[in-house]
Amino acid sequence: MREVLEGSQAVARTVARCRPGVVCAYPISPQTHIVEALSVMARTGELGACEYVNVESEFSAMSVAIGASAAGSRAYTATASQGLLYMAEAVFNAAGMGLPIVMTVANRAIGAPINIWNDHSDAMALRDSGWLQLYAADNQEAADLHVIAFAVAEELGIPAMVCMDGFVLTHATDVLELPDADAVDAFLPPYLPTQVLDVEYPITIGTMAGPESFTETKYLQHLRFLDAAEVIDGWSRRFLEAFGREAGGLVARYDRDTCERSRDASAARAGDVTVVAMGSVLGTLQAALPALHDAGVPVRLVGVSSFRPFPAAALRAALGASRDIVVIDRALELGSGGVLTGDVGRALAGTRSRIHSVVAGLGGRPILEASLQDVVRRALDGTLGALDFLDLKTGGIPVPTAGATEVHR
Amino acid sequence: MRQIRIHGRGGQGVVTAAEMLARAGFLAGHEVQAIPSFGSERTGAPVVAYCRFADAPLRTREPVLAPDVVLVQDPTLLAAGRVFAGLAPGGLVIVDTAGDEREVRAAAHAQDLDATVLTVPATAITLRLLGKPKPAAAMLAAYAASADDVTLDAVLQVVRERFPGAVGEANAAAAEEAFAFVREERAAAAEVRDA
Repeated sequence: MREVLEGSQAVARTVARCRPGVVCAYPISPQTHIVEALSVMARTGELGACEYVNVESEFSAMSVAIGASAAGSRAYTATASQGLLYMAEAVFNAAGMGLPIVMTVANRAIGAPINIWNDHSDAMALRDSGWLQLYAADNQEAADLHVIAFAVAEELGIPAMVCMDGFVLTHATDVLELPDADAVDAFLPPYLPTQVLDVEYPITIGTMAGPESFTETKYLQHLRFLDAAEVIDGWSRRFLEAFGREAGGLVARYDRDTCERSRDASAARAGDVTVVAMGSVLGTLQAALPALHDAGVPVRLVGVSSFRPFPAAALRAALGASRDIVVIDRALELGSGGVLTGDVGRALAGTRSRIHSVVAGLGGRPILEASLQDVVRRALDGTLGALDFLDLKTGGIPVPTAGATEVHR
Repeated sequence: MRQIRIHGRGGQGVVTAAEMLARAGFLAGHEVQAIPSFGSERTGAPVVAYCRFADAPLRTREPVLAPDVVLVQDPTLLAAGRVFAGLAPGGLVIVDTAGDEREVRAAAHAQDLDATVLTVPATAITLRLLGKPKPAAAMLAAYAASADDVTLDAVLQVVRERFPGAVGEANAAAAEEAFAFVREERAAAAEVRDA
């Protein structure tokens, strides 16, 4: 059934249909609406046989999720920004212990200066925490990705972050079709943990590993991560078969003419400028690029759906013979450029690609269609540099007027 | 595509208005999207929210920069400036005020703005019927009275779904009164034009 829903509501309802055993919740903008909605469902009974645990911090949220998962329960939590950083130590532990927790990250900037708005700095700070990172391009995908994330995480024994842009998606209202409960039940196997804490048969997990075995432990974790690409692709294909729409996957391809998502879309060609992006800016690019295409500009769009594992092979395949690559990056590696650009560059090493890093939308700066079109034109005529800050204002730090709103950009 | 921007203050239900408008648009058969823009969420601070209707699925996440319609839930925002920024030529403006078009244009320094400017005392109506300064439902009904892409019935349905019980009925009553007010205002304007 197509319905009008806020992104956070859509995620919460979909998570409930995945039948988590434990949800731990601590509020932080822009994630709060998700755990609020889940708490309402816990009260009404819609959450089923689930323990909803109010914790006193994000560190506790992840710690409770670890305990729940280790005890054999499907565990879920959600956070953002400073909250993700506050739980960082436990985030790494969850991955090291192979616990398939699913966590929504409502992507938000990190202070200082304090900023509650959207960019990808938070998840990027934990990109090597050993979690899968799956990015939603829109609210439909944000909801759908949770079903895929539980399936993938539990098959692999690797926890998964579902990253959705804070406010831009979490607080936006769209026409959506949620996976219905019966279909989710048919799709998502019950959680069968490979290791369970059991008082009858005591074991220790997350124990100490000394210099004699730490490298090997990490190597095995690395090998398991190498399996992840195929598992993500497999569950995403099954999702398409079961629900009739694309979600997840490794790389999102878009039709050359319409910019609509299509896994059958051809690879980019020599002479194409290809824009690579991640998250909700893909939607704005879908709206902005067809006009360029109609004007004869050879431009293609490729989305990175899985940032961890980074899908180097799938990205190279989608980029085809295109050698002019514009990466729209929502997080900054200080002194270097965009974070996503670094991974794209590594994937394209030896291809003689001209890679432009465009840092855009930091701390909630709206990303405008016209600005994106301008960047593509500059890439084509050779005036776009290796690093560009979209819509950068010069002359110091602008001070907002009293009562400023987004209209005052 | 129809793009609508709603201006108001924190606590007036600006974000709720955009979301309800999207729902009403969906009932009318449109693809819809509502996007709030959040500052630090303080009661009384200026708040903007956006709504789009289209025939095809909406992909863009850009804020509405060139609205076809501007709804202003608080006339004190007119002087602060830029509520009409980017308004499409010949666009529609509806302001929640007991004043008239001339006063609105003067307050906004927009005497020459190429727009249809309507006024409706939405907050006054809602205060009387609901007892709270939450003019969203009345403003959406005022929009329904001046546009052809949303019906009053859809607005009433959405309002009742959003606010069950007595609050919903009071909002619905405010919506009906605001709708009638704008229809009369437009009829009077048409008479002047035709005379």
